[in-house]
Amino acid sequence: VLAGAIALAAVAGLSACGSDDSGSGSSGGKIELSIGTFTEFGYEGLLKDYQRLHSNIKITHHKTGEGGPYHQQLLTKLAAGSGLEDVVAIEEGHIPDVLDKPQLFNNLAEIGPKDVKPDRWLDWKYQQGVAKDGTWIGYGTDIGPLAMCYRKDLLTKAGLPSDPEGVKALFQTWDSYFQAGDKYVKATGKPWFDSDSQVFNSMVNQLDSGYLTKDDKLNIESPDIKKAWDQVTSAGKRGQTAKLVAFSPEWNTGFKQSAFATKVCPSWMLGVVEAQAGPENAGKWAVTDVFPNNGGNWGGSFLAVPKQSKHPKEAAQLAAWLTAPEQQIKAFQKTGNFPSQVDALDSPELLGTTNDYFGGVKSGELFAKQAEKVGQAQYKGPGDGKIQENATSPALQAVEQGKSADDGWQQAVDAAKRIVG
Amino acid sequence: MAGPVITETGRAPNRAAPAPSPPSQPRLTWRQRLSIADVKWSPYLYVAPFFVIFGVVGLFPLLYTSFLSLFDRDLLDVESTFVGFKNYSTLFADPQFWNALVNTLSIFVLSSGPQIVIAVLLAALLNSRLRLPTAWRVGVLLPYVLSLVALGIIFANLFGPNYGLVNSLLELLGLDRIDWQANRFASHLAIATMVNWRWTGYNALIVLAAMKAIPKDLTEAAMMDGAGAFRRFFSVTLPMLRPTLIFVVITSTIGGLQIFTEPKLFDAMPGSNNGGSSNQFQTITLYMYQTAFETQHLGYASAIAWVLFLVIVIVAIINFLLTRRIASSGEAEDGAR
Repeated sequence: VLAGAIALAAVAGLSACGSDDSGSGSSGGKIELSIGTFTEFGYEGLLKDYQRLHSNIKITHHKTGEGGPYHQQLLTKLAAGSGLEDVVAIEEGHIPDVLDKPQLFNNLAEIGPKDVKPDRWLDWKYQQGVAKDGTWIGYGTDIGPLAMCYRKDLLTKAGLPSDPEGVKALFQTWDSYFQAGDKYVKATGKPWFDSDSQVFNSMVNQLDSGYLTKDDKLNIESPDIKKAWDQVTSAGKRGQTAKLVAFSPEWNTGFKQSAFATKVCPSWMLGVVEAQAGPENAGKWAVTDVFPNNGGNWGGSFLAVPKQSKHPKEAAQLAAWLTAPEQQIKAFQKTGNFPSQVDALDSPELLGTTNDYFGGVKSGELFAKQAEKVGQAQYKGPGDGKIQENATSPALQAVEQGKSADDGWQQAVDAAKRIVG
Repeated sequence: MAGPVITETGRAPNRAAPAPSPPSQPRLTWRQRLSIADVKWSPYLYVAPFFVIFGVVGLFPLLYTSFLSLFDRDLLDVESTFVGFKNYSTLFADPQFWNALVNTLSIFVLSSGPQIVIAVLLAALLNSRLRLPTAWRVGVLLPYVLSLVALGIIFANLFGPNYGLVNSLLELLGLDRIDWQANRFASHLAIATMVNWRWTGYNALIVLAAMKAIPKDLTEAAMMDGAGAFRRFFSVTLPMLRPTLIFVVITSTIGGLQIFTEPKLFDAMPGSNNGGSSNQFQTITLYMYQTAFETQHLGYASAIAWVLFLVIVIVAIINFLLTRRIASSGEAEDGAR
């Protein structure tokens, strides 16, 4: 019996020891690094290459399937002060929360390799990864430049132009976009776009300031945002929205049922459209390099090195190597994640990429052009992403479900105040 | 092995008693001491793992939550400010909390009520003479075995407002389509259906086990007295099921008021904790989860957790009293006899 008790104590002792060095330590002279990513970054082969190039480094890769739980874990471990990987991936939508706590991250300008300079990236992408106090928190990985996807066959049927040149006039500005929508609805009786919030988010992303001002005051009631709200909701009430919540099962079905004719399309959306619309709609979808009011961006990630890391220098080196143009091109070829590095955008591998599902369009060249159209990075204060997810998007859904545009606006403003307050 | 050793040591002083020098009691060997310690302490050691683990993952969070609920603390805050009971007073003036409370109670009533009634009837049916009784019993338990997430996705599809099967059926019957997401009551009904689908069979089996344990002679005596099937069910079976019913009601109260996964998966917006576009089906647990991990107000979320705990205790007590009354009429007659 006592032997059992001793064994029990021993186990407890062992596990206690175990937790001491479960973080990144060094074994056998090798430096152990860990990296955390979500969904697909296309890093598996690259990490092997890196270990081959650096014989003193051993890398553990933690992959999480979904972005939501991954970022929740990330924030919880940041709060706990332990348990995070040496290099962590952070998605654009979550970067505002992190930028608000620069003290929890290493400044890449200080610990990163000196030859890695901000001009490696598109300027707006670099700006997105820098905190207000100047701490450079994240190296950019990929981006999601916006273009417009549309159904050629449905536009033709409605008597609208559908060739690449002809649609340019339709998608020049948001005004022309909604006007074309009215014509489409009148001709077919069917909705023009998938959901209010998809369009609204793109419009707000193009504004100079988002839901918060640079001094983190709530900005949702700014005239620009209200104007976008009015434009979208009134177009929606005129029958332009298919009222399908993005990424819901019904939205997926909507692609198959040809429920809408246009869709705001970040680079990564082409794959989503292909998967959801399926082979039966092959060749019907097209994508154009004209986006209302110029360009925009939706999505993309960063690699950061939290203060918790025991080997910040080595971690920053790994992150810098992974986000170099050569590596990001390889990741792009594997996953289609669009690179954010200036040199990568000029590379023949990228420019030569075509998409068969979208009628053989030169998608690489098209999105590279869209990426360069994005001007200034919009300042996103803490809570920005939450306002989009938990205030405006649900309120727009409520308007689609029958709430008046004014009541919906009130709901959005109240919710935003609760989130920021 | 421990047994004989203790009798040996237990007797030792007796044997030593006649000896002239009491202070020179025979010294216990190291082995004997160990054996005494073994008998005295090892039972505690055996139960210790449970209490240690419970203390770490149960009691500590419970106490820490109550401590945290007195602070204004965000997830990534370095330090927290003591605010006393301010979180609680804010909570009681928070319309979203009351909305979530009403949603939770509404979904609870719509699920637990029918669920227990159907479970008892189902158990009565399963208790009657059936071919392949085991197959039927396994059959009612199948929904419980299925993954909750799979179930959530399937039901969210069935109740889809645009392309859902339920609305297609309604249309086929010449009825109006229902926006299961938008309409508050309809959404509660859809979520309750999900809960009932999963738990009715499980409860039916528990009730069935209790029914099997009712002595046959009671029912036979009632039959001899000329009681019909209904009378036998209400005056004999139901009162005899009382302890089981109380158990089923209490567990479904605890589960039902903490309902989380079903409304979360029912929301059309993937991963959303909003419980619909205007929180029309946000439950207290969803609101708590959202406050803690999305809005990251840990102190406030802790206050919600404690209020939810109190709500569950109150509702469980009410249910306990109700169930006792409902099922006690038969016992009163028993006593009279």
